[in-house]
Amino acid sequence: MSMNTQGRPTAAGDVGETFRPKTFTGNRGLDMEEPLIFEFGSLETTGVDLDEDESAEFELGGFKRTAEIGLAGLAEPEAMRHYVRLSRNNYAIDSGLYPLGSCTMKHNPRLNEKMARLPGFADIHPLQPVSSVPGALDLIDELAHWLMVSTNTSAVAMSPKAGAHGELCGMMAIKAAHTAAGRDPKIVLVPESAHGTNPATAALLGYKVVSIEAKDDGTVDLDALKKTIAEHEGNIAGIMLTNPNTCGLFERDVKQIADLIHEADAYFYCDGANFNAIVGKARPGDLGVDAMHINLHKTFSTPHGGGGPGSGPVVLSERLAPFAPLPFIRKTDKGLELVETEAATKDGEQPFGRMTAFHGQMGMYVRALSYMMSHGSDGLRQASEDAVLNANYVRVGLQDLMSLPFGERPCMHEVLFDDSFLKDTGVTTLDFAKAMIDEGYHPMTMYFPLVVHGAMLIEPTESESRAALDLFVATMRDLVMSAKRGETERFSGAPYLAPRRRLDETGAARKPVLKWTEPAPAEVTPAAAE
Amino acid sequence: MTTYYSKDHEWIAVDGDSATIGITTYAQEQLGDVVYVELPEAGKALSQGDEAAVVESVKAASEVYAPIDGEVVEANEALVDEPAKVNEDPEGAAWFIKMTVGNSDQLSDLMDEAAYKAYVETL
Repeated sequence: MSMNTQGRPTAAGDVGETFRPKTFTGNRGLDMEEPLIFEFGSLETTGVDLDEDESAEFELGGFKRTAEIGLAGLAEPEAMRHYVRLSRNNYAIDSGLYPLGSCTMKHNPRLNEKMARLPGFADIHPLQPVSSVPGALDLIDELAHWLMVSTNTSAVAMSPKAGAHGELCGMMAIKAAHTAAGRDPKIVLVPESAHGTNPATAALLGYKVVSIEAKDDGTVDLDALKKTIAEHEGNIAGIMLTNPNTCGLFERDVKQIADLIHEADAYFYCDGANFNAIVGKARPGDLGVDAMHINLHKTFSTPHGGGGPGSGPVVLSERLAPFAPLPFIRKTDKGLELVETEAATKDGEQPFGRMTAFHGQMGMYVRALSYMMSHGSDGLRQASEDAVLNANYVRVGLQDLMSLPFGERPCMHEVLFDDSFLKDTGVTTLDFAKAMIDEGYHPMTMYFPLVVHGAMLIEPTESESRAALDLFVATMRDLVMSAKRGETERFSGAPYLAPRRRLDETGAARKPVLKWTEPAPAEVTPAAAE
Repeated sequence: MTTYYSKDHEWIAVDGDSATIGITTYAQEQLGDVVYVELPEAGKALSQGDEAAVVESVKAASEVYAPIDGEVVEANEALVDEPAKVNEDPEGAAWFIKMTVGNSDQLSDLMDEAAYKAYVETL
């Protein structure tokens, strides 16, 4: 055994390799067992010490709060520790490869963050006079320009807060256009391979959703589309298509689909969630798209997930441009104007209303434009190419062991496997995903899209190095081989090594506990009281 | 009473001019643990292929389609409180709705038990 100069052993040797002490605190070494803030904070504790401002006049009238709100408080050091400890149980793009298909978990460049923290952007308020924020207007206009150029469209509604909100905005513009033309079609077509939010959006606007079947290769069946259009002639408002679709495949017939839809006096809404695969390669406007949202938190690298917020500007074709919602920026001889009200609109501007109270996610605009300008058009194109390359690298690395539902054709930015390779192993897609957690990976998207059985949708994103992809592929291969060898225990009880073991998803869905309630005080037994 | 099956994995047990509808054991197995069921109101008129109910599991949300035209007579409200019943007894106690048989000709679009079994084999 090696020793240091004081004779203290510097290696553990064989002692305690398998022994796991049951700890007093419940912590496992540096893996902290963190209570809820309500369980250890108190109403009396606070991290701030402010004088009562007795001169303040309340303008809230009857809305003035009269009782405590019951939020537990912590001193500042405790608050820091609480959230830092919780954050250590989080999995983030900053801690590892995040192959969540269809979600595009991109690296968030630090330059974006630096720009967003410039006081001129970070410290402005949506209610301050427009004349005091010309730079912010310039930035929004510049971002809108980049979005329109990369999509070849005529206008962009900047305010929607994320993808589904953008879908709603785009479909409201389509509805407004039909109304303005004196039409009232009732049906929206949605292919099977579309994002789940698409039919939800159409339904929210009162449309009847008619599903279009996919062909065996996972793309839209043109004949089925023609038949459906003929069946509902004159009553179709539009189609909502995701391209590249959720099978990770480019809809090769997209132009014909657009033409068929336009011939039917309908509009083409494209779900732009997967735009990151084609930026700089194809412009949706050239493909006949009338409206498409762009997830800045996917394609343009702004933070995604809990940290967000999302941002989902919607680009609009020339035909839909007049219906863009308030507020919007208008270019005049004297510079940029912010049009905030119906009364301020001019001829030809027919906004369908307003999606948000203010102007959208300014912080995200700064980050997205930073990403665009730091990459340039050639860099953006390369990011798309690398995203597709990485997904295909994973596909080729796994296709002999896992199963591709649509054959070995190249995929776009994400690769879809089904669970037929797990047949007769007793391991399900869910088990497989849980075992990935033990290997230190966030699982891929599973059981979506619904068009294939036991789907596993992997999107590695473009910034992963070849070494990172090699390790991921090797890990997946090891898991597949393990499942095929019949080592079911590695899967059936997974995750074994995560802060929590497998959660009861069924119980959580059937009897969700949405509110913390103070547990009844434990009965003190004589033994415990001693 | 005769039971028919649809390609969408509903069963429909017809007794004269009334019918009981639910989802098949195969459908239940594919869905996994059912966590939510949404049922139509009694009196709702359904056309063949209309969405009659919604069933949601930990894996997916899915519609239950009306296999024939008819009017909803009764919905099995017990499923709303106990969606797990759909997993336990899909072709028995966990029926979804009872409806009238609006057009008995449409029954010929459906499969009998043997044909449905053969159909499931192909999936």
